[in-house]
Amino acid sequence: MATRHEEIRADRPIIEMVDIRKVYDTGKVKVEALKGIDLSVAKGEFIAIVGPSGSGKSTLMNLIGCLDTATGGEFRIGGELVKGLSRDQLADVRNRRIGFVFQAFNLLPQISAAENVAMPMIFGGVPAKARKERVAELMEKVGLGDRMEHKPTELSGGQMQRVAIARALAMNPDIVLADEPTGNLDTSSGGDIMGVFLDLWKQGRTLVVITHDMALARRAGRIVEIRDGRIVRDAAVGPEEGAASVSAAAGAHVQGLASTAEQAA
Amino acid sequence: MKVIWQMFLQSAHIAKKRAFLTIAAIAWGTVAILLLLSFGEGLKIQLNKNRRAMGERLAVMWPGETTKPWKGLPAGRPIRPTIDDIEYLSARMPELEAVIGEIYSWRTALGYGAKVVNGRVVGTNAVYGEARKHYPVAGGRFFSDVDVSERRRVVFLGDEIAADIFGKGDPVGKTLLLSNSPFTVIGVMQKKTQMGMYGGPDSKHVVIPVSTFKALFGRERLNVLVLQVKKDDDMKMALRRVNELLGAKYGYDPNDDRVLQTWDTVKSGKITANITIGIQLFLGIIGALTLLIGGVGVANIMYAVVKERTREIGVKMALGARSAWITGPFVLEGLLYTVLGGVAGLSIAMVIIAGLGLIPADGNKVMEFLGKPTLSWQIGVATSGILGLIGLAAGYFPARRAALIDPAQTLRYE
Repeated sequence: MATRHEEIRADRPIIEMVDIRKVYDTGKVKVEALKGIDLSVAKGEFIAIVGPSGSGKSTLMNLIGCLDTATGGEFRIGGELVKGLSRDQLADVRNRRIGFVFQAFNLLPQISAAENVAMPMIFGGVPAKARKERVAELMEKVGLGDRMEHKPTELSGGQMQRVAIARALAMNPDIVLADEPTGNLDTSSGGDIMGVFLDLWKQGRTLVVITHDMALARRAGRIVEIRDGRIVRDAAVGPEEGAASVSAAAGAHVQGLASTAEQAA
Repeated sequence: MKVIWQMFLQSAHIAKKRAFLTIAAIAWGTVAILLLLSFGEGLKIQLNKNRRAMGERLAVMWPGETTKPWKGLPAGRPIRPTIDDIEYLSARMPELEAVIGEIYSWRTALGYGAKVVNGRVVGTNAVYGEARKHYPVAGGRFFSDVDVSERRRVVFLGDEIAADIFGKGDPVGKTLLLSNSPFTVIGVMQKKTQMGMYGGPDSKHVVIPVSTFKALFGRERLNVLVLQVKKDDDMKMALRRVNELLGAKYGYDPNDDRVLQTWDTVKSGKITANITIGIQLFLGIIGALTLLIGGVGVANIMYAVVKERTREIGVKMALGARSAWITGPFVLEGLLYTVLGGVAGLSIAMVIIAGLGLIPADGNKVMEFLGKPTLSWQIGVATSGILGLIGLAAGYFPARRAALIDPAQTLRYE
């Protein structure tokens, strides 16, 4: 298997989806969750995928996250065609290319924050010493350098999500894929986490956030709206829209952003 | 493999009580299978020992009647070899270990002082002592060829009848009145647990030289003719040869196998061996089933663990864990429980078996037939094999369920 850096040409999108279809066949009924999605995400983009529940955005997220495979169309991630891969090959693709951030954080409760962050690197075969250094660097980056040995249950929601973000970055993936990352957080922590994402965007990361929170979506660079298995809108967020969201958000939002920027710096 | 080990260590420090119960179930199963197989092994050893107590590689032949006409002679003629045939056969069949002739006198008065007991008297030749394992207690002897040729009045006693007549004292050298004739006691048989027998147990008869018997009772036709071969494989050939020789001498068809009805211990030994194998197999299956129940317990717990950790497994899959890194720790966990349970069970079983070994076998009728439970390396290998299989299966099936978890299903919702 070629490494991703060899494969990606500078102009090649990170995500390329051509006429992607997904049919769930339960035997009796066939449900067409995605009816031909064309989507291209360039390196360094921050897109928000929005839509009501049942629109197919979860299905789309599973496909982008290589947790599931399409029943039709062509999907490349980082130039690599995701088709006919075994479970283990898919696992490898996820490990190298995708950093997940979930609504429910999904940290493993019985091991420390640092061990959680190290997990993808164990799967990725990173040697113990390099792993340790990278964990310290990432925990520092998300502002939790002093919480390394804490168990997830000893952390607040916002802190858990920061640990999850550090874990998502561990293997230096092609994209960070976040599913309702602020859904379980209060407004202040949510704004905090949004700030971390904006920071990552500034540093050149490619981010895909699935959400139904329009306020959050407007902070991204581009909004893709899905309805009934189809993309109904795909547009860059105008400066006035971004400004509107800032004014709509609470003051704590901005403060949280500022503090995150400080810590990251 | 390294990853599997790391994942295993991370999950190992959970649910100690559950692990303990599982290990106990496996240990119990192991104790059951080991004890059952050990009893089976002890029984086998004891059966073999008891079976050999009568003597080995023997053919016991009872003279009867012809059932086929032969050279103008009709069927139904009785054929009765005599004392002379012992010498006749010995001279012509040097390949035999021993030729024994026996004449019986049933319910014969045996008296010492005021005590009179009725017992069976056997007249036979000197090789009987060795071939039929009439080993004397220290201080005594079996009679010799000289005793036979000089028609001496000497008697060798079975241990039980000796005790009946003489009580606790040593009978050797004392005079026994056998059918009112004085005989000198020259030996008493060592106690033995005898399984195979004809005419009665060796411990309850008295043996005198066949020549003396003839002089006393005036009979010379043999009740029983016994052959001892040098090795098992010789038996068939020897039986045919005896019929040829005696058939020629007494005029009967050597293929008429009803003339000398024969009990061949080589053949019956094989049957006994098959029976003991059957018993071992039966006990082994019962033990294995008990162990299997323990294994089901392990698998059950592992299934529960898989269910409990569904989300955790989904997370690991999302982070890029390959199937083996998910299943490996479960298989290891199942194996670990099994190995720990197996070792615990082995220790307990060894203590129990050692404890049973301390019970004295002498004078204990049950122990004389059942024998002492014995651990052998075959039992160890068989038990380890079954344990290993059960351990692998108990870990593998739950692990496979874990590997089939769909991460997309588990990750999204609380």
